[in-house]
Amino acid sequence: MTEQVQDHDGHDEDRRDFLYIATGAFAATIGAAAIWPFIDAWNPSADVLAQASTEVDLGAIEEGQSVTVVWRGKPVFIRHRTGTEISSADEPPDGLPDPQSDGDRVLKPEWLVVVGICTHLGCVPLGQKVGENRGEFGGWFCPCHGSHYDTSGRIRKGPAPRNLEVPEYAFLTDTSIRIG
Amino acid sequence: MSAHSIETGSGGGLVKWIDSRLPIFSYMQKEYGEYPAPRNFNYWWNFGALAMFLLVTMIVTGLWLAMQYTPHVDLAFDSVQRIMRDVNSGWFIRLVHVNGGSFFFIVVYIHIFRGMYYGSFKAPRELLWMLGVIILLLMMATAFMGYVLPWGQLSFWGATVITNLFSAIPLVGDSIVTWLWGGFTVDNPTLNRFYALHFLLPFLIVGVVGLHVVALHVTGSNNPLGIEPKSQQDTVPFHPYYTVKDSFGLGVFLVIFAAVVFFAPDFFSEPENYEKADFLKTPEEIVPEWYFLPFFAILRSVPAIWFVEAKLAGVIAMFGSIFVLFALPWLDTAKVRSGKFRPIFRWFFLIFLVDCLLLGFVGGKPPNSPVFESIESFEFIDLGRITTAWYFIHFFIILPLLGRFERPLPLPDSISAAVLGSHSGGGPAASGATAKPMEKA
Repeated sequence: MTEQVQDHDGHDEDRRDFLYIATGAFAATIGAAAIWPFIDAWNPSADVLAQASTEVDLGAIEEGQSVTVVWRGKPVFIRHRTGTEISSADEPPDGLPDPQSDGDRVLKPEWLVVVGICTHLGCVPLGQKVGENRGEFGGWFCPCHGSHYDTSGRIRKGPAPRNLEVPEYAFLTDTSIRIG
Repeated sequence: MSAHSIETGSGGGLVKWIDSRLPIFSYMQKEYGEYPAPRNFNYWWNFGALAMFLLVTMIVTGLWLAMQYTPHVDLAFDSVQRIMRDVNSGWFIRLVHVNGGSFFFIVVYIHIFRGMYYGSFKAPRELLWMLGVIILLLMMATAFMGYVLPWGQLSFWGATVITNLFSAIPLVGDSIVTWLWGGFTVDNPTLNRFYALHFLLPFLIVGVVGLHVVALHVTGSNNPLGIEPKSQQDTVPFHPYYTVKDSFGLGVFLVIFAAVVFFAPDFFSEPENYEKADFLKTPEEIVPEWYFLPFFAILRSVPAIWFVEAKLAGVIAMFGSIFVLFALPWLDTAKVRSGKFRPIFRWFFLIFLVDCLLLGFVGGKPPNSPVFESIESFEFIDLGRITTAWYFIHFFIILPLLGRFERPLPLPDSISAAVLGSHSGGGPAASGATAKPMEKA
């Protein structure tokens, strides 16, 4: 048992300090716990998360064709790459802003699946439709601030800091995938 | 004290009955009737009252728009079109709200530059100034979220680009963006929360404006000479002198405002935003509303510095360009307030003003196109870098140096001496001087 300090009025100072700090700490904890639901309510809700995966049938996509599908409200570019596109992606030059080999970005070389959102400030790059500007490297071109992506979706030129994101996906059969 | 105020105030028994229980009448009389204001305000001192008028206008028109607007991604765009076409007077209320936003920024920017030129931020008015900067920040947040609500192409893509700025924050950036969106893109949850906040923030602005006015009435108003009133000869009661002057200014303002609302309602708008938001199609060019263009130029101009990537450096510089205003009272160390008596500062103020206008010009142009057709290599991004650098040089180098080395002109003995001296007796100034004691008698 510790020695108790008492002032001239007989008040127990240690005990008072302890009660003061304990009450304050308790109130702060409760306060933080009460604020959390309000912060958390801004995070994606269950129904938004429920739409988190998308299945795509690849059978109808011819070689050289691209399609755009929607996954979590974002455009996903799926390109059935030609032989030249695969081989040009296979030889990455030195000094890429975000170095990555083509093999790390695809499950099967003929299918490239990337999120169609420029990593600079979130615009949708051009290059999906026939006749659109595909930039200097034959992949995609972002019209907002001039970022050029190659046939592996890697950033080659312009202000974007990273390659086009590769979403998590898996082949369900030879001709269908599930994204997410 | 309240007894005295009731006696001087007008009103009968009911007013006295209320005032002795809740002194609103004596408060109004003291703060807006008798409030001793320097007698030498020029028309630049009208813009505070104009900002107050616009704040009320925006809240009233906004409330009426809220009664007809639907905050849903499938319905928002059409509900705005319905307001424009089908709702009685809806077009008028919306056009006042839309253009009122632009005029609010014009008025507030003039109000801020007024304060910068006449040294209104200097001791003892630092807190008054800082409350004003908070109001500016709240206004910017409110305007940004309001622009998203019509759910046009620029609403959507502006929201996407601006919220993506937060992804520049290391480590937690992407989680913060997802949190702001309430999903994985700007979508219905985003629109809903922006609507709620766009409704709420103006009332926070009202609160801070209240504090701004309280702080003003504690220190008293600055004036074009920048010297404190020394005697009753230096001030006039706010009413009727400045209520009349503010009313006249309001009349002039309303003529200009109405001309835009009725004859050029799309003057400040981008036609692109009359196309419904499409998350698969980015517009050719994403430009913010004109009042954000200087900050947009700063955002785009800053290159990577040391280990900070360009995106993050741009974001830091953009927010820094506003937050530096909080430090202005301590960066501008000159003892003399008014630019009238600071011969070198006047020039640098003018250069700073031009610099800000140039930044706005640059913000609206594609960064990689040449400024002059004859000089291919000088692009807008280069002009943006120069003007961005000057913006910060002005605050961090020019102002502290001026405070140290500039020799100000001699200050007049008092406001009344300066005012009466320039008129050499007689005329309106002299009659103003005699009006003052009569008012008090």
